[in-house]
Amino acid sequence: MYTQALNTREAIGPVEDPEHEARFQARVDGEEKVEPNDWMPEAYRRLLVRQISQHAHSEIVGMLPEGNWITRAPTLRRKAALLAKVQDEGGHGLYLYAAAETLDVSREELVEQLLAGKAKYSSIFNYPTLTWADIGAVGWLVDGAAIMNQIPLCRCSYGPYARAMIRICKEESFHQRQGYEIILTLSRGTAEQKAMAQGALNRWWWPSLMMFGPSDKESQHSDKSMRWKVKRFSNDELRQKFVDATVPQGLYLGLTFPDPELRFDEASGHWAFGAIDFDELRQVIAGNGPCNHERMKARRKAHDDGAWVREAALAYAEKRRSRRDTARAA
Amino acid sequence: MTTIIAADAPLVQYALRLADNALVLGHRLSEWCGHAPMLEEDIALANIALDLIGQARPLYAYAAELEGEGRNEDKLAYLRDASQYRNVLLVEQPNGDFAVTIVRQFLYAAFMAPFWRLLAGSRDATFAAIAAKAEKEAAYHLRHSAEWLIRLGDGTPESHARAQAALDELWMYTGELFEADAIERGLIERGVALDPQTLRPEWDETVDRVLGEATLKRPPDGWMQTGGRTGRHSEHLGFILADMQFLQRAYPGATW
Ligand SMILES: [Fe+2]
Ligand SMILES: [Fe+2]
Repeated sequence: MYTQALNTREAIGPVEDPEHEARFQARVDGEEKVEPNDWMPEAYRRLLVRQISQHAHSEIVGMLPEGNWITRAPTLRRKAALLAKVQDEGGHGLYLYAAAETLDVSREELVEQLLAGKAKYSSIFNYPTLTWADIGAVGWLVDGAAIMNQIPLCRCSYGPYARAMIRICKEESFHQRQGYEIILTLSRGTAEQKAMAQGALNRWWWPSLMMFGPSDKESQHSDKSMRWKVKRFSNDELRQKFVDATVPQGLYLGLTFPDPELRFDEASGHWAFGAIDFDELRQVIAGNGPCNHERMKARRKAHDDGAWVREAALAYAEKRRSRRDTARAA
Repeated sequence: MTTIIAADAPLVQYALRLADNALVLGHRLSEWCGHAPMLEEDIALANIALDLIGQARPLYAYAAELEGEGRNEDKLAYLRDASQYRNVLLVEQPNGDFAVTIVRQFLYAAFMAPFWRLLAGSRDATFAAIAAKAEKEAAYHLRHSAEWLIRLGDGTPESHARAQAALDELWMYTGELFEADAIERGLIERGVALDPQTLRPEWDETVDRVLGEATLKRPPDGWMQTGGRTGRHSEHLGFILADMQFLQRAYPGATW
């Protein structure tokens, strides 16, 4: 899950209908699922549309950095696994757009917002995949961070989103294991391969920690999201869980983390880590990451180049319908 | 050892021809992943590419086993140079626009769907088993590409023009599908391989039916390009292999 860009401050709007709202909150508090036809506060609907669509866009843009290496994968087994993984991400995009569409917004509208630069997607995908080891690192760290974020979303109050997440989480954890296995193979390989694995970890570690968004001190948005049981853990809680799970995995491989302050804190039982450069995160979100322009250009190009195909499909469907109507009338 | 030459035993060569067709076309289709005209097609083209790579792998493994040189699927795929590749020219042609990709897929699948169906009756048990699985996949590839070709041909004036142009451009690569040389003759006589000429009527029928529905004109059978199956390729294959084989070439002997 890639919601860090959601952490913008937005006041909880005026209560539209106190009676409905109270009933709604009671249902949410009772862990009942909200379904598309149920009454819901407009702000709840908007929050979900934004979060689900950002998540969908992230899946789609995320196909690009990994897709980069499909033609260059080093063995047929790796090639098939990577292609299947990128295909899964496309499938995640599809389920998520479908989940968003249950909230009265069309996929076309959402895609337009992305292409117009009005919608956000996870800034992690604005980093380049420079070596084959990056494919391992993305699976291990990026899918790994995604899972930390997404597992609680399987219990999200909005039914269609929660159900989409259950399916997606299964595949993400497979991706994470697959990525780790690539890094493991490299770290047991030649000196050059080990260096490749270490280089990828060095480049992807901090951006992965940034996937959890600003620190809790800086983000106030969570109140509403927590109250409505869309979000269940704070950014910092999830980030800590990720660090605790991931550091031992890296150390096991004999890799080092690019953080001199990283150490196990006996007292708390957690891995303590250095300060995150949130300026970098802000810059990447603002469009200044190494690949923001390329990613958006690639998405726009695919969309523009494909316009005549989509038009043809529509025109053909239209012709068929009218032929069928004519045949029926005759 | 950075470049290998596969054994020239007919059975090995036959397995390689089939494997190389599948891998090279799978490679081409995989280039679309993330760039297709719609999300559904990103997924569908990746699906077809996965089927094709999945067909290539046991064929390479079988070729390696028949060779008995201790090679495996990856050595055969990653360490042969272009002149050692045995695929038909059609499958290495660039993706072009979506119409070119669909026409290429359709022309190939219209041949391979009946091919695998009949090869499932091969006297060679390994070919028969691979064919039995590939048959269902190829039938889907044919259905998918035929549906798209009809949509494009009978869609808008632009899509019609693009589909016709793609057909006209690729037609000269269809003749090679039906060639059988001395390497294959012996295998055909033993009931191991298929005589591609026997597939001609079904291929013609499929092509004519789909082109008719797509309101497209079948190009005349003019000069046909050939050479892929003996290692004389277009310029495109070298670039495909430069991408595909990069890591194996740059780090010889490493395990991935
Ligand atoms: Fe995903
Ligand atoms: Fe994933």
